[in-house]
Amino acid sequence: MLDRTFGPLLEINDLHAWYGESHILHGATLNVNAGEVVTLLGRNGAGKTTTMKSVMGIVGKRTGSVKFEGRELINLPSDAIARAGLAFCPEERGIFASLDVEENLMLPPQVRPGGLTREQIFELFPNLRERLKSQGTKLSGGEQQMLAIGRILRTGARLLLLDEPTEGLAPVIIQQIGNTIRKLKEQGFTILLVEQNFRFASTVADRYYIMEHGKIVEQFANSELNKKLETLHEYLGV
Amino acid sequence: MDINLPALFGQLLIGLINGSFYALLSLGLAVIFGMLNIINFAHGAQYMMGAFAAYFLLQYAGLNYWWALILAPVIVGGIGIVIERAFLQWLYKLDHLYGLLLTFGLALIIQGLFRQQYGSSGLPYQIPPQLTGVRDLGFTFLPNYRAWVVCFSLAVCLGTWYMIEKTRLGAYLRAATENPTLVRAFGINVPRMITLTYGFGVGLAALAGVMAAPIYAVNPTMGADIIIVVFAVVVIGGMGSIMGAIVTGFGLGVVEGLTKYFFPEASNTVIFVIMVIVLVTRPAGLFGRVA
Repeated sequence: MLDRTFGPLLEINDLHAWYGESHILHGATLNVNAGEVVTLLGRNGAGKTTTMKSVMGIVGKRTGSVKFEGRELINLPSDAIARAGLAFCPEERGIFASLDVEENLMLPPQVRPGGLTREQIFELFPNLRERLKSQGTKLSGGEQQMLAIGRILRTGARLLLLDEPTEGLAPVIIQQIGNTIRKLKEQGFTILLVEQNFRFASTVADRYYIMEHGKIVEQFANSELNKKLETLHEYLGV
Repeated sequence: MDINLPALFGQLLIGLINGSFYALLSLGLAVIFGMLNIINFAHGAQYMMGAFAAYFLLQYAGLNYWWALILAPVIVGGIGIVIERAFLQWLYKLDHLYGLLLTFGLALIIQGLFRQQYGSSGLPYQIPPQLTGVRDLGFTFLPNYRAWVVCFSLAVCLGTWYMIEKTRLGAYLRAATENPTLVRAFGINVPRMITLTYGFGVGLAALAGVMAAPIYAVNPTMGADIIIVVFAVVVIGGMGSIMGAIVTGFGLGVVEGLTKYFFPEASNTVIFVIMVIVLVTRPAGLFGRVA
């Protein structure tokens, strides 16, 4: 485990990002402490996914500061950012059609020692073991999501960025993914989660940030949830 | 119709030889197109440079055919890497047409420079002494060098196929073809992989050039002559399919050889007739995946 005295594991300051001409993030500031599950909430288009992509270095232009373990990442290309110890699971899951399940699982290179072994991943997601030789995109939506999460657990990255892992999945699968996230937290992973599904987020998160128009407008801990329902309703319409 | 077996097998053999070159060259084109989205029109010029590299290595460094087989692909592939860094890397986000035009221009320049320097009559290159001679197969005579070319090209093609379809490195390549951004976000240096892929594809062309040197003379226009047919092969096989490029390359060489026996007048056009038919009935090519 990382020593918390060095400040937050991930520290995002005044982050701006652009897609071509359009200015999407307008100075987002947030941080994630080691061992936490932090959830970004917000309406469609608020900039949640863009925040994740900016941290990973895969948007066209970005300014501000993204520090991981105190190290500045803002000017690094995305492969160097990944090797710093971050792993990203995109919203569209990004399962490769020309690779079988095993190849998909083994694709991300190890960036640090200490990732989960194949066996540990199969314990979390037993379905994957049965389907190793299937084409990646022949899996069901839920299995693809498990594969997309499973493959980044091998790499040794300790900070996982999960972009809407429950989107479009059946309730029973969502429950399984919730259990997985809790197990990963127990094992010391730090997780930044983007969610539309507030009910799901409330079962796993330690803290919340609410985004609107490319900025963080509110933050609170899970223990303050009941006091904040009013605010949530206002921002999210839930 | 009387079938003259020795003549038929003779043409079949020539077809297999040509097919070996078609397969090696279209394989390189397929690898490059899959990864870079560039239609590498300089491929013929790079094949010619491979043959010239073999000639120079022998003439000026005293290094024989076997050395050339290793060194020419490395040297010409290295030149390819410089071309990729200097020119091609700026074109990936543009339409295919720009890459095609740029590499077409490069091909003309390279070919022009070589013709200026060495004329167009062709320079001789001897078959290595270990591979001279002929084997009597009973029904036909098989020159050892030609047998070597067919077997070695087949081995290189299958080795390349294995590397791309069955290894971890190949998985990176296939994944990066689909979604380079995500592969890079996993920590893989995709731009460097693209550069090396281009170098590898160009190296395959140069390897074909070395093998061709003792069969066809080393000639500045040797690439321009073959590249048009190779593009037809690629269109028939389907862009971007590795096995497709190999099978179509050898297959069309054989078809060409058979046509030379049965209907010689059509032997120069048969591949293009097949191309037209394939384009009309299966626009993505015989092995192409529809995007």
